[in-house]
Amino acid sequence: MSGRRRERIIEIAAPLAAGALFLAAWEAVVRWNAIPPYILPGPLVVAETLWRDGPSLLGSLAVTLRITAAALLAAVVLGGALAVLFAQSRLLEISLFPYAVILQVTPIVAIAPLIIIWVDDTFLALLVCAWIVAFFPIVANTTLGLNSADRNLVDLFRLYGASRWQTLRYLRLPAALPYFLAGVRISGGLALIGAVVAEFVAGTGGTETGLAYRILEAGYRLQIPRLFAALLMLSAAGIAIFAVLSWLTRRLIGHWHESALPRED
Amino acid sequence: MIGAGAMKRENYETNPIFALQGVGKTFRSGTEALSGIDLAVPSGAFVSILGPSGCGKSTLLRIIAGLAPASEGRLRWAEGDLGQHIGFVFQEPTLMPWATVWDNVYLPLRLAGRSRAAAAAAIAATLASLGLGGFEKAYPRELSGGMRMRVSIARALVTAPRLLLLDEPFAALDELTRFRLNEDLLRLWERHRWTVVFVTHSVFEAVFLSNRIVVMTPRPGRIIADLPIDLPYPRDGGLRTAPDYAACCRAVSALLGHAVA
Repeated sequence: MSGRRRERIIEIAAPLAAGALFLAAWEAVVRWNAIPPYILPGPLVVAETLWRDGPSLLGSLAVTLRITAAALLAAVVLGGALAVLFAQSRLLEISLFPYAVILQVTPIVAIAPLIIIWVDDTFLALLVCAWIVAFFPIVANTTLGLNSADRNLVDLFRLYGASRWQTLRYLRLPAALPYFLAGVRISGGLALIGAVVAEFVAGTGGTETGLAYRILEAGYRLQIPRLFAALLMLSAAGIAIFAVLSWLTRRLIGHWHESALPRED
Repeated sequence: MIGAGAMKRENYETNPIFALQGVGKTFRSGTEALSGIDLAVPSGAFVSILGPSGCGKSTLLRIIAGLAPASEGRLRWAEGDLGQHIGFVFQEPTLMPWATVWDNVYLPLRLAGRSRAAAAAAIAATLASLGLGGFEKAYPRELSGGMRMRVSIARALVTAPRLLLLDEPFAALDELTRFRLNEDLLRLWERHRWTVVFVTHSVFEAVFLSNRIVVMTPRPGRIIADLPIDLPYPRDGGLRTAPDYAACCRAVSALLGHAVA
């Protein structure tokens, strides 16, 4: 028992110590070589900038997160629905799946300018870009999950004369849930990346400006500490999204799925 | 005590619940799994289908359940298609891991449109009869292999089926657990007298449970012997050491040995 506790403390303390060591070294290098902040700011300057500029950047973070959340939601709804359709009709799956793959493998940076030209509303254009990146893992994973229900259970449902809807509701959907959630966890991070890439391409000024544009702006103006501060917020947002989705996964399937069970050796 | 006429056997021919006539099965790959199967199962019988792996006994069971079509021959039901009055138990417990014991057993009734409230009494009785009382809220992963198989049997029995089909249900269990489950299944059958078709590769299990054994051989799967087991019911664990039982097992083993050799 005490062995497990010690392990747990080490699990938390070791990466923290490594991080602190890295930051200290970084600060030392910057000071030792008198590197100017517009080339490489030390962590203390970045922290100070984050403290000072943070509130003004928060508005931009909110814009980026709104796009991310909307794109993820659209990916969940449309990706999930498409996967369910695929599971109902093999022909539909064969017909459409290759196009989902094409959409996935085409670099978003390359299509984003087109989408921004075609879609008038900037928010919507950014949303579409982020959605394209986010939706494939959900479609692919959920389709796989819907098709990997236990063969014998499928037979049992047939034996009892289950309708298509009953088989979907009581067998295929629950069996697909772990796969779907794994897809959502990947898509959460991808939606954020998609939103950032789209903002880079769109480069909107004006009132509704996302964090990615703030990063570009700070770069142009050589406000490198501010750039680092914005970058830090972006990473934190990505980590938070992942943590929330992991928590959701544990909440939804933790009581039965192998991946979420505590291991006892 | 094979063939000694202690059992009343008029039921056998006069009152079959279903009859297979010249049933054959050839897979798309060209493999001939079954050939010329004639088998009439009387109502209330406990029939074991005994044979080595690959003799098509599981395929035969799937054809009876309506899960696979026969390539030739036909399956006749005495009183129309039994449809949902069939219970099926697979070799694996085949439970839904996301559902509790109660919900797993509720499944057939849920699919038949019964509400939870209307199903509660039947589920409670079935769980109790299999020694699963108190495990309603457990998830399959929390149970041992034997307990999972009990849940699987409870699910098959909760609809009060007329015909129970079991496909080597205890093959993966340890011997002690298998003995316990054999005895519990037999006790339930003696009480309810559903018709049972039990697929197994164990001579001892087949003789212990059934009042009739159908022996099959592979390539293609054929029936080479069909013999009554006239050991009296009720049977309990004591039978396993009885000389009659040993004699029966020896005779069936010899038959099976001839068949496979």
